[in-house]
Amino acid sequence: MAEWTLFEVFVRSKHGLNHKHVGSVHAADATMALENARELYTRRNEGVSIWVVPAAQITATAGDEKDAFFDPAEDKVYRHASFYKLPPEVDQM
Amino acid sequence: MNALTQYLLRLADTDMVLAQRLCEWCGKAPALEEEVAMMNVGLDLLGQARNWYDYAAELLDDGRDADQLAFRRNEREYRNLLLAEYPRGDYAVTTAKQFFFDVWHHRVLTRLSGSSDERIAGLAAKGLKEASYHRRRSTEWMLRLGQGTEESHRRLADAVQNLWRFTYELTDTDAVEDELAEAGIGAGNVGDAWRAEVSRVLEQAGLDVPEPARHFYLDGKNGKHTEQLGFLLAEMQYLPRAYPDATW
Amino acid sequence: MYAQQVDTGSKSLKTLDEMGPEERHFQEKVNAETKIEPKNWMPDGYRKTLIRQISQHAHSEIVGMLPEGNWLTRAPSLKRKLQLMAKIQDEAGHGLYLYSAMETLGADRDEEIEKLHRGEVKFSSIFTYPTLSWADMGAIGWLVDGAAIVNQVPLQRCSYGPYARAMIRVCKEESFHQRQGYEVLLTMMREGTDEQKEMVQDAINRFWWPSLMMFGPSDDNSPNSAQSMAWKIKRHSNDELRQRFLDQTVPQLEFLGCTAPDPDLKWNEDTGHYDFGAIDWQEFFDVLKGHSPTGIERIQQRKSAIDEGRWVRDAAVAYAEKQKASAA
Repeated sequence: MAEWTLFEVFVRSKHGLNHKHVGSVHAADATMALENARELYTRRNEGVSIWVVPAAQITATAGDEKDAFFDPAEDKVYRHASFYKLPPEVDQM
Repeated sequence: MNALTQYLLRLADTDMVLAQRLCEWCGKAPALEEEVAMMNVGLDLLGQARNWYDYAAELLDDGRDADQLAFRRNEREYRNLLLAEYPRGDYAVTTAKQFFFDVWHHRVLTRLSGSSDERIAGLAAKGLKEASYHRRRSTEWMLRLGQGTEESHRRLADAVQNLWRFTYELTDTDAVEDELAEAGIGAGNVGDAWRAEVSRVLEQAGLDVPEPARHFYLDGKNGKHTEQLGFLLAEMQYLPRAYPDATW
Repeated sequence: MYAQQVDTGSKSLKTLDEMGPEERHFQEKVNAETKIEPKNWMPDGYRKTLIRQISQHAHSEIVGMLPEGNWLTRAPSLKRKLQLMAKIQDEAGHGLYLYSAMETLGADRDEEIEKLHRGEVKFSSIFTYPTLSWADMGAIGWLVDGAAIVNQVPLQRCSYGPYARAMIRVCKEESFHQRQGYEVLLTMMREGTDEQKEMVQDAINRFWWPSLMMFGPSDDNSPNSAQSMAWKIKRHSNDELRQRFLDQTVPQLEFLGCTAPDPDLKWNEDTGHYDFGAIDWQEFFDVLKGHSPTGIERIQQRKSAIDEGRWVRDAAVAYAEKQKASAA
């Protein structure tokens, strides 16, 4: 049995970027999880901000739901800029 | 040796000896996460020791470099705080020791970052960031152990009691420190601030605050140590002493 | 390697036609180099093999701190102490990255570590050898980390996403380890005394063969290896990686001005590779079974760290619960 709680760790590597999942740490509480994440995932100055979330609190899509969950977006090509063909004179838009 | 050099060696030796005690934890920490964390603290202290040694070596100007100051001086020449050389003990001893030191270190570096000696001010400002984090971490562990289980509380209470007698070195100053404080170079006495902060955390951790420790004949700052330091140095200095002509 | 002799539970490979629809879909993804992620369907054998391999890899990182930790309190200069401490700390970190990857497969870190402490699972054979002089710190960095890099570079492309990503991080951070080790040896050979040079040669003599053993015995005909390759957990045979390591290492050895304890080591013009002597696999198997005195001590030390730290971890949990209760 795990003694401490598993926390997932997200690090913002630079100002202006999104937090990105980097891995996990074990800790007795969230404060300790933040510190353990700092020690482990930012030893080389890799972060400006850290989030930790108890792993059990994350709700994720099932791995093989891809078809039902994501494919319907696939044919909505009009959501992408490249769908709209413009004359070369204004194509930098 | 002038007052400033002595003062720098005290700072360097204390960092060095504490880092050496943290090295002894390698592979033995109570959790893998703590393994990483303790080595981060050790690396910080070792880095700071090197900076103070470098400066002391320049002032001494007798051909010795930082390594020679760290690895070729004996226990009567070492000027670390007695607290630092206390054996690593269990995790409660290390936690209480780091905490007492961290509170002192943080106050000292805060003042030194305003030193009229620019070199000291610069190094202290850099070290202060590290020390602030150390203080935060050890304070949290004081609360965890103090309020955690009956066993952790008992172990921490024992540790505090055992270490307390060395704390007069953190609250009292001697002529060297007073002289440098008057010149605007040294940190001077941080005893009041140290006592206030330590008392607050001890109370929060559910521990008794002991009576102020009384000065006795041991005096780490001037090279009068416990018997423990000799063994620590014997191990730490083994290679440079056994192979005096070697280059590593 | 850091994970040696990993059992896949397979006796023979299935063809796509022999697979059910889920397994077939999985294998096609693997064949197309699409990463498998934690929530994706995967064959039980794949999951178990990965748990075995990643946990063994992680255990090796953690146990691997000890041979170097043995010299941390005796490092001969401020610079060397800082470097060694940073390296050992990285190893603890890498162990944690790997345990983290392993936990995405549903395994529990504390349970897997208990298995290690009970002697039920292995760690790399290389860490059962004692470190007897400071030169061993150089030899480990150069040879052991060098061998590890040869093995870990292809693992960055492993089919299992979290393992591959952990390896990318590890490889990036480990780049300084091997150079640091080589520099330790080079300094002693170029600027050191005769005694120091003897120390270096002695360290190489002791770590040479164990480093070559790290890759494990020839697995060209092993069903475990074939299965791991089909799952794209493994990309090269043990012999292939060993040869790659040897070919890059011998010139570095010569540059140091040292020799290998292998009279049969010589360049082969025809193959374009170095030939080398026979490896004592009996020693490897004995060591892997935990028969070496130092190996036993390593596990005892790890076990006592975790056992003696229990009250600390319990205190942290009790404190967290009290905080939660008082906040509620």
